[in-house]
Amino acid sequence: MADPRGFLKVTDRETAKRRPVPVRIKDWKEVYEERNSGVIKEQASRCMDCGIPFCHAGCPLGNLIPEWNDLTHLGKNKEAIDRLHSTNNFPEFTGRLCPAPCESACVLGINQPAVTIKEIEVSIIDDAFDAGFVVPSVPDRITGKTVAVVGSGPAGLAAAQQLTRAGHTVAVFERDDRIGGLLRYGIPDFKMEKQHIDKRLEQMTAEGTRFRTGVDIGIDITWEDLRLSYDAVLVATGAITPRALDVLGVDLSGVHYAMEYLTEANRVVAGDEVDNQVSAEGKHVVILGGGDTGTDCLGTATRQLAASVTTIAIGQKPEEERSEDQPWPMDPRLFEISSAHEEFGDRKYLHSTVELVGENGILTGISVADTEFVNGRRVPKKGTERIMKADLVLLALGFTGPESETITSQLNTELDSSSNIIRDAKYRSKDSLFVAGDAGRGQSLIVWAIAEGRAAAAAIDEYLEGETQLPFPVKPTDKPISVYS
Amino acid sequence: MVNSGPFYKFGTAPQNQGLYDSANEHDACGLAMVATLRGYAGHDIVQMALSSLRNLEHRGAVGSDAGTGDGAGILTQMPDSFFRSVLSFELPVAGAYGAGLVFLDTETASEDKAKFEKICAEESLTVLGWRVPPTDSSVLGELARKAMPLIEQVFVSSNDLISGMDLERRLFRARNRSERDIGLYLCSLSSKTIVYKGMVTTLQLEPFYPDLSDERFESLLALVHSRFSTNTFPSWPLAHPFRYIAHNGEINTVRGNANWMAARESQLSSELLGDIDQLKPIVSKGASDSATFDEVLELLVLSGRSLPHAMMMMIPGAWEKQLDIDPQLRDFYEYHSMIMEPWDGPAAVVFTDGDLVGATLDRNGLRPGRFVVTEDGFIILASEIGVADIAPDKIVRKGRLQPGKMFLIDTLAGQIVEDEQVKSEVASLEPWGEWLESGRIKLRDLPEREHVRYSSKSVKRRQRAFGYTEEDLKIFVAPMALAGQEPIGAMGTDTPIAAISERPKLLFDYFTQQFAQVTNPPLDSIREEVVTSMTTSIGPVRNLLEARPEHAQQMVLDYPIIGNDELAKIKHIDRANDIGKAVTVSCLYRVDDGPEALEERLAEMCAEADEALLAGATFIILSDRGCNRELAPVPSLLSCSAVHHHLIRNGTRMMTGLVIESGDARDVHHVSTLIGFGASAINPYLALESAEDLVAIGTITGITAERSSKNMIKALGKGVLKVMSKMGISTVSSYGGAQCFEAIGLSQELVDKYFTGTTTKLGGVALPILHDEIAQRHTAAYPIETANKDSTPLDVGGEMKWRRDGPPHLFNPETVFKLQHSTSQKNYEIFKSYTNAVNDQAERLMTIRGLFSLNKDLREPVPISEVESVDSIVKRFATGAMSMGSISPEAHETLAIAMNRIGGRSNTGEGGESVERLLDRERRSAVKQVASGRFGVTSMYLTHADDLQIKMAQGAKPGEGGQLPPNKVYPWIAEIRHSTPGVGLISPPPHHDIYSIEDLKQLIFDLKRANRAARVHVKLVSQFGVGTVAAGVAKAKADVVLISGHDGGTGASPLNSLKHAGTPWELGLAETQQTLLLNGLRDRVVVQVDGSMKTGRDVIIAALLGAEEFGFATAPLVVEGCILMRVCHLDTCPVGVATQNPELRQRFHGQADHVVNFFEFLAQEVREYLAELGFRTLQDAIGQVEVLDVNRAIRHWKADGLDLAPIFAAKDIVTTQTQYCSTSQDHELEKHFDYPLIDRAKPALKDGMSMEISSQINNTMQAIGTMLGNELTKKWGEQGLEPGTLKLNLTGSAGQSLGAFMPRGLQIDVEGDCNDYVGKGLSGGIISVKPPTTAGFPASENVIAGNVIGYGATSGKIFLNGVVGERFMVRNSGAIAVAEGVGDHALEYMTGGRVVILGKTGINLGAGMSGGIAYVHRLSESKVNREALQLGEITLSALDKAGADELRGILEQHLDFTDSLLAKILLDDFPSHVKDFVKVMPRDYARIVEIQQDAQATGIDLDGQEVWTQILEVTNG
Repeated sequence: MADPRGFLKVTDRETAKRRPVPVRIKDWKEVYEERNSGVIKEQASRCMDCGIPFCHAGCPLGNLIPEWNDLTHLGKNKEAIDRLHSTNNFPEFTGRLCPAPCESACVLGINQPAVTIKEIEVSIIDDAFDAGFVVPSVPDRITGKTVAVVGSGPAGLAAAQQLTRAGHTVAVFERDDRIGGLLRYGIPDFKMEKQHIDKRLEQMTAEGTRFRTGVDIGIDITWEDLRLSYDAVLVATGAITPRALDVLGVDLSGVHYAMEYLTEANRVVAGDEVDNQVSAEGKHVVILGGGDTGTDCLGTATRQLAASVTTIAIGQKPEEERSEDQPWPMDPRLFEISSAHEEFGDRKYLHSTVELVGENGILTGISVADTEFVNGRRVPKKGTERIMKADLVLLALGFTGPESETITSQLNTELDSSSNIIRDAKYRSKDSLFVAGDAGRGQSLIVWAIAEGRAAAAAIDEYLEGETQLPFPVKPTDKPISVYS
Repeated sequence: MVNSGPFYKFGTAPQNQGLYDSANEHDACGLAMVATLRGYAGHDIVQMALSSLRNLEHRGAVGSDAGTGDGAGILTQMPDSFFRSVLSFELPVAGAYGAGLVFLDTETASEDKAKFEKICAEESLTVLGWRVPPTDSSVLGELARKAMPLIEQVFVSSNDLISGMDLERRLFRARNRSERDIGLYLCSLSSKTIVYKGMVTTLQLEPFYPDLSDERFESLLALVHSRFSTNTFPSWPLAHPFRYIAHNGEINTVRGNANWMAARESQLSSELLGDIDQLKPIVSKGASDSATFDEVLELLVLSGRSLPHAMMMMIPGAWEKQLDIDPQLRDFYEYHSMIMEPWDGPAAVVFTDGDLVGATLDRNGLRPGRFVVTEDGFIILASEIGVADIAPDKIVRKGRLQPGKMFLIDTLAGQIVEDEQVKSEVASLEPWGEWLESGRIKLRDLPEREHVRYSSKSVKRRQRAFGYTEEDLKIFVAPMALAGQEPIGAMGTDTPIAAISERPKLLFDYFTQQFAQVTNPPLDSIREEVVTSMTTSIGPVRNLLEARPEHAQQMVLDYPIIGNDELAKIKHIDRANDIGKAVTVSCLYRVDDGPEALEERLAEMCAEADEALLAGATFIILSDRGCNRELAPVPSLLSCSAVHHHLIRNGTRMMTGLVIESGDARDVHHVSTLIGFGASAINPYLALESAEDLVAIGTITGITAERSSKNMIKALGKGVLKVMSKMGISTVSSYGGAQCFEAIGLSQELVDKYFTGTTTKLGGVALPILHDEIAQRHTAAYPIETANKDSTPLDVGGEMKWRRDGPPHLFNPETVFKLQHSTSQKNYEIFKSYTNAVNDQAERLMTIRGLFSLNKDLREPVPISEVESVDSIVKRFATGAMSMGSISPEAHETLAIAMNRIGGRSNTGEGGESVERLLDRERRSAVKQVASGRFGVTSMYLTHADDLQIKMAQGAKPGEGGQLPPNKVYPWIAEIRHSTPGVGLISPPPHHDIYSIEDLKQLIFDLKRANRAARVHVKLVSQFGVGTVAAGVAKAKADVVLISGHDGGTGASPLNSLKHAGTPWELGLAETQQTLLLNGLRDRVVVQVDGSMKTGRDVIIAALLGAEEFGFATAPLVVEGCILMRVCHLDTCPVGVATQNPELRQRFHGQADHVVNFFEFLAQEVREYLAELGFRTLQDAIGQVEVLDVNRAIRHWKADGLDLAPIFAAKDIVTTQTQYCSTSQDHELEKHFDYPLIDRAKPALKDGMSMEISSQINNTMQAIGTMLGNELTKKWGEQGLEPGTLKLNLTGSAGQSLGAFMPRGLQIDVEGDCNDYVGKGLSGGIISVKPPTTAGFPASENVIAGNVIGYGATSGKIFLNGVVGERFMVRNSGAIAVAEGVGDHALEYMTGGRVVILGKTGINLGAGMSGGIAYVHRLSESKVNREALQLGEITLSALDKAGADELRGILEQHLDFTDSLLAKILLDDFPSHVKDFVKVMPRDYARIVEIQQDAQATGIDLDGQEVWTQILEVTNG
């Protein structure tokens, strides 16, 4: 049983150490040293098993965090992974990639450092893989119904696994050459090595999920044809249309969208040959956008031996502590130092891009100015313009929505004001067409994607069978806990 | 249902309506018995009885109609010569005719009389004539006059002129039949005794019946009785005495006793009584508990048992755990326990058959009974001493009734028969022991069975089928399996009750436990375990009216819960002997065939039980083992109760033991309901297998699987004992089948059929929904489709701790967060989004009030600017009672500061208040609570209160006490509780000065005199019947009645209480409003409500239902930072709210301003509602039920069957009174003994001059000294004056509560004697009592004072020159007291002070004693609480030098104050006598005192960390 005084005995938060910077930037492997299971157990004992576990509320998946913290503390690894898997298909992804709103909501966090939930999560699943606890769960009964899942990111994979286990025959379509979507080509290996995806796919394949790569739905097969071929279709194509930058010089050579850059880098790390790879080697790199994608670019550029990397953000430097308008248990926007920031580069705030400058069509620099707030809008302050040297500018300004041309034109689906595909409370867009993940929600976190995938699977199962036993963790309209909702 | 029958006639009670139900009426009373040993009858006996009765007036009550009493009466011998002289017709010789008063219906009198004569003729009796006794109805109150029957007297003789018992039996038949057939009511019909009674006050009885004043009206004995009913609808027939008894107290188990009587009826046969079928039902409908008791007693006596024998059967002493009891008597009791269960409850019963007259007390000794014997052979026994005016020199003996003991007088022989003699005579009537030896089967004697172990996989599958969750395993099963302890939780419950829960609930969840409050006390099953018993005998029960060896052929179980191997023994019993035969009936049904299949299966099960009985089964086992994909289990409670009631209806229930092999029972509440609905024994096999599995899979470690299963049984058993104790029941055999539950959300039809006799006020679901719930669970266990679920964990649960997939909680991440944020940021918009979230949840079927809607069209809205201001509304708000101890000083003070700022009221909670805060207008708590532990309740504390709140029960755990463990008694807590740091403190389940309604009246009386300006509250917990209790409380003159919902409650509580006891406040409040209105009492009390109130909507709904003040606890705590950790009991609150841990207290970040914001927001919301609904003030809205619209209530698959109309029934009550408090109670303060003395004592009170006042007193003068004490404290503060500054020299018998709460400086010296509660809450004063110098008896052997002396005393001295009653110096924390002999349970819960006992002690001394020292002369170890001795908690030792010196000093004072002869003898040769004394001292206390002494010697801070660390080392062992 949980030790109710655990949080008084172990007062410090202790997380796994990152490998030394000089060492780790020489390879693409994950930045963390091997975790110490003793520390993990001890850290798990800090969980207070709250009457209202806000962490569990803060997690879109509804991970039963107090339960598996306790099981981890007790060393009951098998039960821990069963419990974890009961709400999360892919803890090895979330344990590495999720920004952990659960930890922001941790009750201990009111006046102490929060429990190391994310790290406990990843240790549970890694240990489970090592111990051979992760085995295929093959359905006893096959329904005879077929489902096409379009897109193989976290939402699509989660839905596919749930539906396969419910006895449906599921085919996952991916236009790229490998399964995984953003997980595969958007996330650098130093954050998550791709073997984790492969191990999971191995399990899914054994369970009966079918994977079709290199098929671009809407082009290779029309949406309508797909719909006619399957009893249900799930659109899980993400929201990958990048936000464009509307300044002079964006078409200069040397200006790239972050995702193009990362994809190429990831392919190379995976062993592929990429012609004319955009590399940062020896270059002065400027990354526009202070978010996670920008940070991924930073780590990648560092490893490609860039001469310098500067990340510039248009807004203010986030607070280091919670401000009053982001009270506990909200997930606050805080100034964070990720592993890439530790390694290399500068971060600048309140920098507005005025234009990209170049010579002969080739980028040489970027003109920036201080950001000024006019009528709530952020604009460059006149007279503060200056030029920063740049050989490579990476645009990491976020995403505006799904790539929806083919689906809207072929199926007459509608988009909402944020250009996401409209769906009802049961994730259904129309007829047998369902939408899950960023394609419906807009750009979001991996946990939301998995949660939506799971929920959409339940909706599809119910649609096909009339009832379902599958969990329905989130509604399409659910939002993170906030003062404002 | 229309109430009819003799007990419904001639009453003033309305028909049942709304939530009011006449079945809830309670009464309590004063009684007296007078007899003479002189051998001849006289009118003096009658006069003495009537005058005693008049002196008991204060124990009775009057209702809203001041002239109408609750009832009084007298029973005497047949006044033969009187009748001969007044009758116009001839009577046969005395003893050859019977007579009695008949209550006739005016309209049908003549035909009823004719019918009666016909029945007499059938019974070979002749009606000799009728007489109309003179009555004077002008003395009656109006209500009584309206209900008054036509009263006549009938005289009957037998055709063959028989007499004695033969005639009595025939008269009984005639009376009984005419009551059942014609509906007549005869007060009595006997050749030996006669009863005069009616709906009169004690003063009216004699003038109403002039016969009683006639000098020729003579008797050797008389019983008199004065009734205090909780309501204002007393009835003529329900006045006492009945035919054999008068009773003070309450039979808690009467429903079970009556059920079992009904079950026995088919077997009853008696040659003496003739055809019994004509006399059924034995138990009349509508009879009170006392009347029912009387009916059964009469049956036992007339069928051949002597009166003492029958009394011993019905109210056995606590024999089960008494080691030194006479073996023959033990056999007698055990044998009879197989024939009849005890009639359990607080009871002092006086009884007579016309020759023998006696009295007995229940095993707990919860009612007082005092007697005197005079030199000329008069014996007067009464609830109080001093009721008869007898010269002291005439008295040769003063005594008291003792628990489980009988006091008997044989008026024919002219002698007193002592308890031992009576009992040994009865015990030697038959060879009970031999019969037991040859018949009794003991489980351990049956052949052992090999233990069967189930695999984890099997256990898990069945866990699913029975709806187990992970939480069940973690929170219920694991703690029980590990430690044998019932699990504890905190912070109440905020999930939907079963009736409106979306999720499938277990049938158990639809039942809530009843609990004792006010009208009878809950018991302390831990400290007073010695009087409890879990032993039960199961198997066929035979004819009650015979006693044969075969009656003992039963199986004796030590515990009603049995293990799997034990059940196996019973299943195979026929292999072991030829007495028993067990048949198993399967309780599974084809779930796919729907609800019809369930109903059919239940019918089949009943039929199979019948077949089994035909085949000679002595044990029927109802088993739900063996479920599979097709077969689902019927809820075991349904199977159990269905078969139980079926067999009762068939008259065959007594032929068999009903054993339940149950997969769904896993919690204390589950087992308790099963026993309550008729299970003889329960095998909760899956719970036991789950426990073993938890060991097998390593979730719990350190114990064996076998031990885990034993622990589980122990925990469940202990829990059942606690549930019984909450209801005030001490033996499981009388708890069994007593149905002490009410149903919420079950349809009347379902209940009538399967749970016959249970209350279900709101209707609800029937079998189809129960089937749906079963099917849902079943589908989860046996899914039709897909992946195997073996590795899928169970459902997570979420009943206690919030989970997303679990049941919804009103407090959840969103609401807690928004409440905190809105109040800290003072943002009303976010606050609205908080209340919307709560209200929305409420509408989504989380609460009953969520189902209501507000009718906004009924009245014209008013502009909000015209509505009463926020400032004015917040004055009606209070915070809940949370002690400083349960919450941190910071959290406590923050609430107080906030409430003082807005003019609301915060509450001290149990646990006192530091003088520093007491006197600080900013930080004080306006409401001072008086709870059962009486911690810190001093004259000072009471004097500085605005409101005084008597906590009768608390929402989270009604009927239970509490405990502050040693490690939480930090120095600052100990200081305000007047105790020692590190010494654990116990709050007992009952207030030991409140065992009944008249006792509550007494405490209200005392408190009102301790502070005349304060309002006195009585806090009750909502349950079915609370309205009636509230009416009684209003009659007891409380100023405020607080109805607390079941769901509130911070602090720790056993989970079964937290979830299953009490009802939502909506129900209790509505019932209270309705009952008060019906009684005409509403306008004299303020009604307050609390329990999980969270929003303005909650306030408005409460107001519309009748509340005028509102309490909040959890919500303001959340505002202070509480995040519902639910670990209040662990002292690990991470936000510093509910902890004393200094490190955690530093994390407290609550602010008074935020709390102020909360209440102002709340008031603002209330204003908005008022405006919308068209009210200008909150007062206008109070009781306006019609604004609540039930027709538009949300519909729901489960709620559809609910009928909420009874909640709104107040709108149909026609009354002229206001719906809110518009007048006040008449406390008659100026009539108090002290009142005129305040002026006389001015020199002392004002100027501190020494002075003495002398006076004569009698037993009607109560709480002498309390008001003077209040005056003294007002002027002189905590320290009072020098001892003895103001002395009262009193002569006579003092009324109850002599010297209550008396502060330092006051001294009372009584020459005479006194009643109960002497020195209650003594705060520094001195009390001495000695017999008159002329007394004709030795002081040290006679009773000088009553029960519960020095309860909660904090300082001062008490010297008593004589013997006293039970529970001497309970919860003393600092006073010095001397008595020369004490009853049972002395020194219970004592935490400090010194007690010297110079004479005999009763049993169970020192139970729960955690501090202080007692010096007891010749203490026998067997009298000390067994557990405390065994565990070494209490040490007995010889006196060391310091002890001897202290004792000598105290004895010298005792001698000084009382001239005690005994003290003189002891002091004369002290060195030799001191060796006979034993020092009683709690072990930990001794060590802590030592630590403190060392610290003092070395100059270390006593309250510092260093000392505290040492103390913790001691207390942690």
